[in-house]
Amino acid sequence: MKSKKTKATDNVTTDTVGVTSGSVPNEYFVLCLYIAGLSPRSTLAVERIQRICDRYLVGRYELTVIDLFVYPEMARQAQIIVAPTLIKQSPSPKRLFIGDLSDEKKIFLGLNIIV
Amino acid sequence: MCGSAGCGKTLLGVEFLVRGATLFDEPGVFIAFEETAEELAQNVRSLGFDLEGLIEQKKLAVDYIHIERNEIEETGEYDLEGLFIRLGYAIDSIGAKRIVLDSLETLFAGLSNVAILRSELRRLFRWLKEKGVTAIITAERGSGTFTRHGLEEYVSDCVLLLDHRVDGQISTRRLRIVKYRGSSHGTNEFPFLIDEGGISVFPITSLQLQHEASTERVSIGVPALDAMLGGEGVFRGSSVLLSGTAGVGKTSLACHAADACCRRGERCLYIAFEESEAQLLRNMRSIGLNLELWVKKGLLRFHAARPTMNGLEMHLASIHKLVEEFQPSLVIVDPITNFISSGTVSEASSMMMRLVDYLKARQITTLLTNLNRNGGALEQTELDISSLIDTWLLLRDIELNGERNRGLYILKSRGMSHSNQIREFLLTDQGILLTDVYLGPDGVLTGSARLAQEAKEMATAAQRNQEIERKRGELSRRQQALEAQIAVLQLQFQTDKEEMERDITTEQVYLKKLEQSRQEMAFSRKAESNGSPGSQKKVRK
Repeated sequence: MKSKKTKATDNVTTDTVGVTSGSVPNEYFVLCLYIAGLSPRSTLAVERIQRICDRYLVGRYELTVIDLFVYPEMARQAQIIVAPTLIKQSPSPKRLFIGDLSDEKKIFLGLNIIV
Repeated sequence: MCGSAGCGKTLLGVEFLVRGATLFDEPGVFIAFEETAEELAQNVRSLGFDLEGLIEQKKLAVDYIHIERNEIEETGEYDLEGLFIRLGYAIDSIGAKRIVLDSLETLFAGLSNVAILRSELRRLFRWLKEKGVTAIITAERGSGTFTRHGLEEYVSDCVLLLDHRVDGQISTRRLRIVKYRGSSHGTNEFPFLIDEGGISVFPITSLQLQHEASTERVSIGVPALDAMLGGEGVFRGSSVLLSGTAGVGKTSLACHAADACCRRGERCLYIAFEESEAQLLRNMRSIGLNLELWVKKGLLRFHAARPTMNGLEMHLASIHKLVEEFQPSLVIVDPITNFISSGTVSEASSMMMRLVDYLKARQITTLLTNLNRNGGALEQTELDISSLIDTWLLLRDIELNGERNRGLYILKSRGMSHSNQIREFLLTDQGILLTDVYLGPDGVLTGSARLAQEAKEMATAAQRNQEIERKRGELSRRQQALEAQIAVLQLQFQTDKEEMERDITTEQVYLKKLEQSRQEMAFSRKAESNGSPGSQKKVRK
């Protein structure tokens, strides 16, 4: 799998909850998901973060998915040892989410998204 | 490789890679979990390892893995594929044959799912093996197990246990091979040390008794002592022990040996544990030894240090280093007894054994001094190294008549006929003098007692001489008297003889006259002349 960049589209997911009861509305999210090949775990993680972004961070996120098999040097750069790893670059503080992102509560907490 | 903090795990790992890269042309990867590449390079620079240079030459790669626990949320199943990719990338980028992971403890601290970690680490070990790289994985010491998580020791082929113990305020590092699959390895603990050259291990058992034996003899610096040692001194490459109580002149004698060695143009290494170089030089000047000259000429080198400065291994290693550097033909250790203060007696004696063997193997004459404590047996060293010694000189003080004097004798000297005499040992302005001691009915006489005895004997001798003179005079007087008597007797005899001769003449004259008158009478009587001439003849006769 190649690196794919999924820009937030102005998809009409008028989720009022995400906007109103979410975090500071103007905050722009820079997320980076590192995966190791197309393992079921990787696929699961990609799907999950995509879904969260599409639901709660419409129009204010930038998600980059990087396959470490293709760009192994990125692992060193980003201090990755575990796959999959989702890194929240901004807003600060920087957070790392490791695993297949099945525990949504922790993700919401870490991304400061109030469901 | 496991061990507690500060026992040299990281260092051994770095040395493994640096030596691999420089000596065996095997590039290596260092995966640091605890230090950044810069910190690591800085820390090992003091040991002479140039990590940056090796990285530039693509012989070494350092990857710092940073795990910040509080940034991490675990949100489900994961694996360490990221680590595998990083390792694989680092290995492939320089074609590494060696890898060091220092240490996996950080992974356990950063990630909470131990079950995943354990299975992933097993996979990691297998994976490294498949990649054909030799891996050193450092781990912290656990309680009851070699490693804290009890995992690495079972997965690895070889387990090295590093230990850093403090005995009597002096620390010694030790190394032990706990297991090594497919080899018969030494199972003992071996002391090792870290100095500016990296890690050095001196296995006790590696030395064998196979050294050469020289027949060359070298002087020990005191002619009388050389004479006692079969006339030529000690064998080159032999070990000489000078033992004695405090203040009997061990150091002075050792300095004579150093002086003699330098006079021959050979180098001498003097390891002093009690006096500084300046103090020794000053003190030796007082007995007429100018050692400064040899120091200036570069033939004599002092290594003065407190024995407690280092552990025994450190001492041994520093001596090794000095010997390799300086190439002396005589090494003096003054005194060896002080090694006990850096360790236990058995450690010190095993260390001495290795030192003596090491020097013997290099054909270096060794002179050791041993301080006998008061009350201790004289013919015994505290380190029990007497069996290692080829020539043993015993210096003892002889206390008599309110005086303390020094005596010297040879306890043993292998391979030569040596004197069995006790000699008095004098420290003079001109150096050491050995004189004969008096062995009287009261025992050994030394010092002023010896002088008194000498005076006494001289007086007796003078008396005897006088007696002889007197007897001689008497003899000649007697002779004279006898001769005078003889002269008197001879005179008497002469007188008697003359008197008697006179008588005889008188008698003869009388007889003649008698004959004459008889003839005259016969003639007057007209007697027959026949009978008368016969009687006449008789008378004439």
